[in-house]
Amino acid sequence: MDLTTLTYIVVGMTFALYIGIAIWARAGSTGEFYVAGKGVHPVANGMATAADWMSAASFISMAGLIAFNGYGASVFLMGWTGGYVLLAMLLAPYLRKFGKFTVPEFIGERFYSQTTRAVAVICLLLASITYVIGQMKGIGVAFSRFLETSYETGLFMGMGIVFFYAVLGGMKGVTYTQIAQYVVLIFAYTIPAVFISMNITGNPFPQLGLIGSMADGSGLTMMEKLDQVVTDLGFNEYSTQVMGSELNMFIYTLSLMIGTAGLPHVIIRFFTVPKVKDARTSAGWALVFIAILYTTAPAVGSMARLNLMQTIQTGPVGEETANLEYAQAPQWFKNWEATGLLAFEDKNGDGRIQYYNDKDPEMAAKAEAFGWKGNEMTKVDRDIMVLANPEIAGLPNWVIAIVVAGGLAAALSTAAGLLLAISSAISHDVVKGMINPDISEKSELLAGRLSMVGAILLAGYFGLHPPDFAAGTVAIAFGLAGASIFPALMMGIFAKGVNRQGATWGMIAGIGVTMLYVFQHKGIMFIPGTAFLGDMEANWFFGISPNAFGAIGAMVNFAVAIAISKVTAPPPEHIQHLVEDIRVPKGAGAATGH
Amino acid sequence: MDNSAAAYWKANLRLVTILLVIWFVVSYGFGIILAEPLNAIRIGGVGLGFWFAQQGSIYTFVALIFVYAHQMNKLDKKFGVSED
Repeated sequence: MDLTTLTYIVVGMTFALYIGIAIWARAGSTGEFYVAGKGVHPVANGMATAADWMSAASFISMAGLIAFNGYGASVFLMGWTGGYVLLAMLLAPYLRKFGKFTVPEFIGERFYSQTTRAVAVICLLLASITYVIGQMKGIGVAFSRFLETSYETGLFMGMGIVFFYAVLGGMKGVTYTQIAQYVVLIFAYTIPAVFISMNITGNPFPQLGLIGSMADGSGLTMMEKLDQVVTDLGFNEYSTQVMGSELNMFIYTLSLMIGTAGLPHVIIRFFTVPKVKDARTSAGWALVFIAILYTTAPAVGSMARLNLMQTIQTGPVGEETANLEYAQAPQWFKNWEATGLLAFEDKNGDGRIQYYNDKDPEMAAKAEAFGWKGNEMTKVDRDIMVLANPEIAGLPNWVIAIVVAGGLAAALSTAAGLLLAISSAISHDVVKGMINPDISEKSELLAGRLSMVGAILLAGYFGLHPPDFAAGTVAIAFGLAGASIFPALMMGIFAKGVNRQGATWGMIAGIGVTMLYVFQHKGIMFIPGTAFLGDMEANWFFGISPNAFGAIGAMVNFAVAIAISKVTAPPPEHIQHLVEDIRVPKGAGAATGH
Repeated sequence: MDNSAAAYWKANLRLVTILLVIWFVVSYGFGIILAEPLNAIRIGGVGLGFWFAQQGSIYTFVALIFVYAHQMNKLDKKFGVSED
């Protein structure tokens, strides 16, 4: 059976499964439909949270970034897992004790102000919509390959399916659907990784293959081999290359960690667990399930890079026949060329592919002596690596089909979760909370649906010109959430003295600084050509990349909030009691209907 | 805040501080700041700094959350602020 048909069948089956479970769960317990976490074991809830959390960025994009940034990409690995430690210890149990519906609702009550709540809504929307743009990029890549069309067509298809999927409604609330999605995505991720690790190192555990030896009898470890292969072609040494600078990596990791703890679609999962106690363990279980993918990713990235390099450079650098002939290029190469995400240009007209770092002066000089006229792989989109990986490794078609299904599961579950967070912010916090408290449930739902449509269109539009790779775009979203929502929540719980003026201006300053910095380097609203400073290291503040700036924004937020609170009236007494009350688990009510 | 609640909060902060110090050391410390010198020590085929950045820190994070959950449950009982 050919790959396309097989992919249709596997993707179709997984979709049927999700929808089937949703219908079954809904029919089984209509009354409990909204109370997702209630009565669900923390392990199951953790698995669902993991599916909600791991998006196209984790599944499709991250290993590609690891493949090309090596050690430098550790920021994503640590950043997107370490945030759970903050979430579990600093936020989740207290927000569960407070027991309300949305994140802005907590901020509004703790800081006793509708203005503060409105600012929180705006921050939430900015972060969530940027996040959805990142998902759209991932979905576009997956669909373009899957349907063998251009990236743009793939993106439009993806928008349609996300729309259908999210508007089907309440899917997110169905924990069991997300458990199914987790199972699909984790198998899709680990099966090819096991095969590839077996091929390259002979060890079936990718985590051990990463630190293992080559199975080709060379006596080298996998990492030594990879370092050698990439440095021979003038690229940075894989195991030591840093991302920007050590300082940038530090700030980048911090930014992703606090962003994790500040993103509304993850936080609200902890509002609905049965008990405060469960909020703590749930975060732990979620991280267990996330860690399975995250500890596999470094193996996937490094081995994909090794396979890619060795496919093109088949022998010693400089030997004429050691470069792959374009006419002999494998099928996956041609398939990805069709999507426009992989491009080859025969600069020296020898019919062979030269893939090397022509920016490296030493390598460029050597290349000239070989008669090479520059790097001929003019485009290798990082986001294709995970999807292309099984093809590059020559794995059977069914594995490739499962990977596509897994990528879609990851992207759809997160996109739907985010869209629901966006719609609840607009319908619950803005329309019901601020504009018209007497609104009927039906109109509230309609407002939610309309805002979902708006968010999809907006994200699709920006998805056509994404500011970065899927994971990079998502990193910006984390920066925005980390600079605004995380500090507000943390001070809400740990600093009784922070008042409404402090929180409001803190959030505005934090997200403002971060956005200004991102726009300055990536263009206003990401429109190409409107950046007033180029997006390159020389222009960065202390060498900190725009994707990493959220941590600086958060520091500004804390500083402004504390300074303003010192010079304005302290919070009223009942707020101080409220804070004291959320600090102890005793007396927590039942989980909020959600 | 009465005395017992204040003591509970203090014990809680103490626990969280200790755990966050470990959190910081394995990721920012071993994984970034000290990565280069630590890479001189090999764990299998990779340097220890590299390993902490891409594997070790993640395993530690998981352990930290479960230790936290376990210790907090004990504190809840000790100070009588448990939900049940």
